[in-house]
Amino acid sequence: MSESKGLLKSHIVKKYWMAFTGLFLMLFLTGHLAGNLQLFLTGYEGQLQFNEYAVFMTTNPAVKLLSYVTYISILFHAIDGIVISMANRKARPDGYAYSKPGKNSPWSSRNMGILGTIILVYIVVHMQNFWYEYKFGKTEFMMSEDGLSPLLQDGTIAEGATVTSTGNVMLAGENIGVAMKDLYTIVMEGFANPILVVFYVLAMIAMGFHLIHGFQSAFQSIGLRNKKYSPAIIKIGYAFAVIVPLLFAIIPVYLFIMAA
Amino acid sequence: MSAAKKLNLTLKVWRQKNGNAKGSLETYPLKDISPDSSFLEMLDILNSELINKGDSPVSFDHDCREGICGSCSLYINGEPHGPSRLVTTCQLHMRSFEDGETIYIEPFRAKAFPVIKDLMVDRSAFDRIQHAGGYISVNTSGNTQDANAIPIEKEDADEAFYSAACIGCGACVAACKNASASLFVAAKVSQYALLPQGKIEAKDRVLNMVKQAEKEGFGPCSNTGACEVECPKGISIENIARMNREFLSASISK
Repeated sequence: MSESKGLLKSHIVKKYWMAFTGLFLMLFLTGHLAGNLQLFLTGYEGQLQFNEYAVFMTTNPAVKLLSYVTYISILFHAIDGIVISMANRKARPDGYAYSKPGKNSPWSSRNMGILGTIILVYIVVHMQNFWYEYKFGKTEFMMSEDGLSPLLQDGTIAEGATVTSTGNVMLAGENIGVAMKDLYTIVMEGFANPILVVFYVLAMIAMGFHLIHGFQSAFQSIGLRNKKYSPAIIKIGYAFAVIVPLLFAIIPVYLFIMAA
Repeated sequence: MSAAKKLNLTLKVWRQKNGNAKGSLETYPLKDISPDSSFLEMLDILNSELINKGDSPVSFDHDCREGICGSCSLYINGEPHGPSRLVTTCQLHMRSFEDGETIYIEPFRAKAFPVIKDLMVDRSAFDRIQHAGGYISVNTSGNTQDANAIPIEKEDADEAFYSAACIGCGACVAACKNASASLFVAAKVSQYALLPQGKIEAKDRVLNMVKQAEKEGFGPCSNTGACEVECPKGISIENIARMNREFLSASISK
């Protein structure tokens, strides 16, 4: 196969990459969702747990490695998707005057590019909302329950200490560690905004439709579908495509209602 | 049967002088069509009228008219081979249409299926894909072994037969939003891959046939499943999964 060698040469190889990155991103979604569900915990305990979780997610080396794989997967999935979409169009330069694609295929399967674009725009906004704010924004710092002392990244209360603008905890003029940032409050404040909540819910609807086709399509592309597995793959795919985006979407709605 | 109400139709037919000419949809009213006539007979009637008027008849492919040769095509009312399932255009009857209906008739559209004239397209790309690997190398010296001498599991033999039912009409390409030939190639790969005689050249076969399909300009597969729904022979997209599997393992080892 000298001519079709290379990462992106053959259509089928492009589809393998689409499937493998897609399946990995589904695993990522599951992990991300598990983390998000902690936002249902209320009060100081909930705030502390979520902020400790945020520290873990930003400092653990294994998580860091996984996050790079995730970024690369998203980028590759998007670029590969664009390359495939261009090949799709090229294969039929003259279209039909009258066509009824709805008679033979589901809408989502024919609009993965549009759905993917919506999701990509959402990811950029979402990263700006929380990732960028947490890393580079003017994030407040997590304080003890009485509101007097800052917390270190490991969760210990630094009594009588102050936090510098760069996030260092100072006690008696000495730097005793890095302060825990308060991502929880950024999230709470973010989802008090109804426009953002609506945007997130719409993005999750797009995600659901993307997954309805994407899940089973990934298994088809890598050749794992047959009479034995297909029924299970289709059922699990539908369940995943409904449950995961639904749980993701419920969180901002719930937080908005709680804030109101 | 003669009591059946005759149909008055409006046909919107793609007319194009040749591959280089610009085509357009032309409107033809057609009266008193029997619901028992086949779709191609209806076109024959239209052509008789056109010839009688001194116009050029509509070109369309057809041969056996019994659903086995794969010659007929046509994209009828937005679907290849029309609205009925598991039939070719020649098996489609006018009783599938309503009196007063407007019927759109277009050629199969794909970069790899260039229009020759009107509704006739060049599907020789399928032949070239077949030539790239859709065969087994057997020495026909006169001592050829009887194929039935090799025991084959019934299930595999049946599966191979279902795949071999593909008549190469191109409806899968016409239906696919990407004009992908995946179902055709997959059926041809599968019909051999499942049998012991075909296994020997399986790797080269899948690599070469897939390569040829891409060279012809057929698009990638989006797994929409449209091809399976529109295929007059009911070829399953499980064949595509098998082809992808075969291609993956062949790409790694060859």
